[in-house]
Amino acid sequence: MRKYGDLLFQIASMVTLVVALAALATLVYDIVSDGAGRLSLTFLTTFPSRKAEEAGVYHALMGTIWVIGLTAALALPIGVAAAIYLEEYGTRSRIARFIELNIANLAAVPSIIYGLLGLGLFVRLMGMGQSVMAGASTLALLALPVVILSTREALRTVPSSIREGSYALGATKWQTIWHQVLPMALPGVLTGLILALSRAIGETAPLITIGALTYIPFAPDSVWSKFTVLPIQVFNWVSRPQAEFHTNAAAAILVLLALLLSMNAVAIIVRDRYQRQERA
Amino acid sequence: MSTRALEWIIERLLFLCAALSVLTTAGIILVLAVETFEFLREVSVVEFLTGTEWTPLFANQRFGVLPLVVGTMLVSAIAMAVALPMGLLAAIYLSEYAPSAVRRIIKPVLEILAGVPTVVYGYFALTFVTPLLQQFLPSLSGFNALSPGLVMGLMILPLVSSLSEDAMRAVPRGLREGSYALGATRMQTALKVVVPAAFSGITAAFILAVSRAVGETMIVAIAAGQQPRLTSNPFVPIETMTAYIVQVSLGDTPQGTIEYRTIFAVGMLLFLMTFGLNLISTWLREKFREEYA
Amino acid sequence: MTTGGGTRTVPSLAGIANRGGQPAATLDKPVKIDVHDLSFYYGTKRALDDITIQIRQNLVTAFIGPSGCGKSTFLRTLNRMNDIIPETRVEGAVTIDGENIYAPGVDVVPLRRKVGMVFQKSNPFPKSIFENVAYGLRINALTRSKAEMSDRVEESLKQAAIWDEVKDRLNESALALSGGQQQRLCIARALAIRPEIVLMDEPASALDPIATQRIEELIYDLKKSYTIVIVTHNMQQAARVSDFTAFFWLGRLVEVDRTDKMFTAPSEKLTEDYVTGRFG
Repeated sequence: MRKYGDLLFQIASMVTLVVALAALATLVYDIVSDGAGRLSLTFLTTFPSRKAEEAGVYHALMGTIWVIGLTAALALPIGVAAAIYLEEYGTRSRIARFIELNIANLAAVPSIIYGLLGLGLFVRLMGMGQSVMAGASTLALLALPVVILSTREALRTVPSSIREGSYALGATKWQTIWHQVLPMALPGVLTGLILALSRAIGETAPLITIGALTYIPFAPDSVWSKFTVLPIQVFNWVSRPQAEFHTNAAAAILVLLALLLSMNAVAIIVRDRYQRQERA
Repeated sequence: MSTRALEWIIERLLFLCAALSVLTTAGIILVLAVETFEFLREVSVVEFLTGTEWTPLFANQRFGVLPLVVGTMLVSAIAMAVALPMGLLAAIYLSEYAPSAVRRIIKPVLEILAGVPTVVYGYFALTFVTPLLQQFLPSLSGFNALSPGLVMGLMILPLVSSLSEDAMRAVPRGLREGSYALGATRMQTALKVVVPAAFSGITAAFILAVSRAVGETMIVAIAAGQQPRLTSNPFVPIETMTAYIVQVSLGDTPQGTIEYRTIFAVGMLLFLMTFGLNLISTWLREKFREEYA
Repeated sequence: MTTGGGTRTVPSLAGIANRGGQPAATLDKPVKIDVHDLSFYYGTKRALDDITIQIRQNLVTAFIGPSGCGKSTFLRTLNRMNDIIPETRVEGAVTIDGENIYAPGVDVVPLRRKVGMVFQKSNPFPKSIFENVAYGLRINALTRSKAEMSDRVEESLKQAAIWDEVKDRLNESALALSGGQQQRLCIARALAIRPEIVLMDEPASALDPIATQRIEELIYDLKKSYTIVIVTHNMQQAARVSDFTAFFWLGRLVEVDRTDKMFTAPSEKLTEDYVTGRFG
């Protein structure tokens, strides 16, 4: 009798996983079947339009690239610097513990709250307006906990014997970090950055809150431009009742997913090269 | 400049970057608090927290936030009803049963589920799940709580699964072996020994998942509707706290008006709720770690 | 062999220790490192107990003793490498060339240029052979031109008796070298910055007998130009290689004397017991 209970349980668990897998497969199939037909080079290079058949994602694609690029430029140095401080300098002080607590908390704050922070601080108080800069600053704050966490892990993988060897030659702490520790940790740092950017690229709520527009017939030409991004364009189109706009939305999702896939591919390549370097 | 002075400057700069996180938390609290304070000068706390009508954008303005809170709760409850049992079952399977070949397939799939952007889930909920459900439930309206709730559950499942699995793996092998030695089956060991031993870790995972559901925005903004409503009926349109913030942000509400301030008041409430849940989750995880570290 | 109190010869070690046949006069070199009442604490635990010893210039001094006796810890106090470990404390003085290196305000960076270190497990940086040796030169800004750096790297690799093996592959990764070669590379790296003292912490313990022999021959050559302190758990090695030997036990310096005397007629019974293998 007990054996049947065990078997039943095993089946129930496997069914659960199968259902989850099936749901994912259904989602992918649904979107591909809805949107693949709409994908074309024209779609990628046209601006939006009132008419669904003539609308494209060029502005949103450019906006995404601008925003993500700037987010990376902001989040990487600050995140790496913070991680270096916490991992190499401040390890046992009370202040360091307090900072770590903050970072852990911030990682679990809903992204829309970051949007409200961005609205009050970057858009209004600092006068950045509804610009790429405001959007990227907001997303950079959102990305920081992930960058800091993965950079710290990467720094931890550097063996202490390397640091000792450097100190024994008369190197200062910063020389040791800059010349030995960081270069060795770099693959892990980059993988962490790409992970953070993968999440940022799909973020919609904080950017809507800071005022990214939903209809904008131009691509950004500076960091102070107004802008929109792919996920917001998806949101805009899927909110319309007409089915043709839903098709556009699906196609835009495919563009977004393609970007995501390429970013993850880069992360995997970086990680592989790192493991090869290790083995040598 | 001497190296000593340079080293000192570098250390200060690095510290500032680390302290930015504290500034961020302070910034969030300040921005929300300032606007909420202004809001509460015009609307009493009691009306805000206990009022049952939310119509700040209409002519007859009412500022009772309960419909938004209840809307959030309803969708989250549906999501949890999906994610908690399925996530826990998946975790038990992965932790106690699965051969490593199966694990190597399942884990990346779960990671993909967790990595899909939420707008995509929203699209799926509105254009696929709702019409599908409408075939079995004809009274289901185009915007409802059920469809986004189910999809959100799917999105949160990997979180529940991986955190619960971590908690169960932290349980020492000796406990399991003791149970097997007494003749228990894997299911009995899993349910009667491992899960109870990992209880605080698993509960911490659950609470974190609830927090995630409460803070989720795009799935509900796309598929749940914009009708704040005090109801437990999952078939009708509702509005969540997060979707309300999006709704106002999309409009042209000028700064300094009470309508503008409502998004910060709702945001403050949302922040306090998720912060409280996160604190409880962290406390539970610390307790769990003490037991097994 | 006589038993009981009085001298006890240990034929094998005595033979080795007298092999060099050095007359006592050549051991009369000036004091390079003067250690006075040095005590060392890990937190509240006292690891080194009032050590007083003089290390003489251009000679090899060996530290021997059972594992855990503090010889490595003491070695590391000589170039302040223990500073890296948190919650450690030093009492007493270590005077090198007339200056106490533990005086307040002393900068450890120039100290470590003067006192180099080779570690038990070789720790080459994951860089090229050239870059490993050049690292110390770069961070201390010791050379003024590429040509000068090249010359210094070559000089150090020759001093470490590894030049012929690597001269055609200076740009290859140091990690591709064998264990013995890596250790000689680490010695070259330490010598590149022209220290006056070289500390070696069990430099050959991880190497095969042939590689060990090469390292020992190297040490014998190097003492013409450097003051060498070597920690070893291998008594035969100490007897082969050193001019003076210091025996440590449980954090105390039990006895220090000329190597030939330590292994043939030590003054302390404890030393005699250790050296004859009664314990260890």
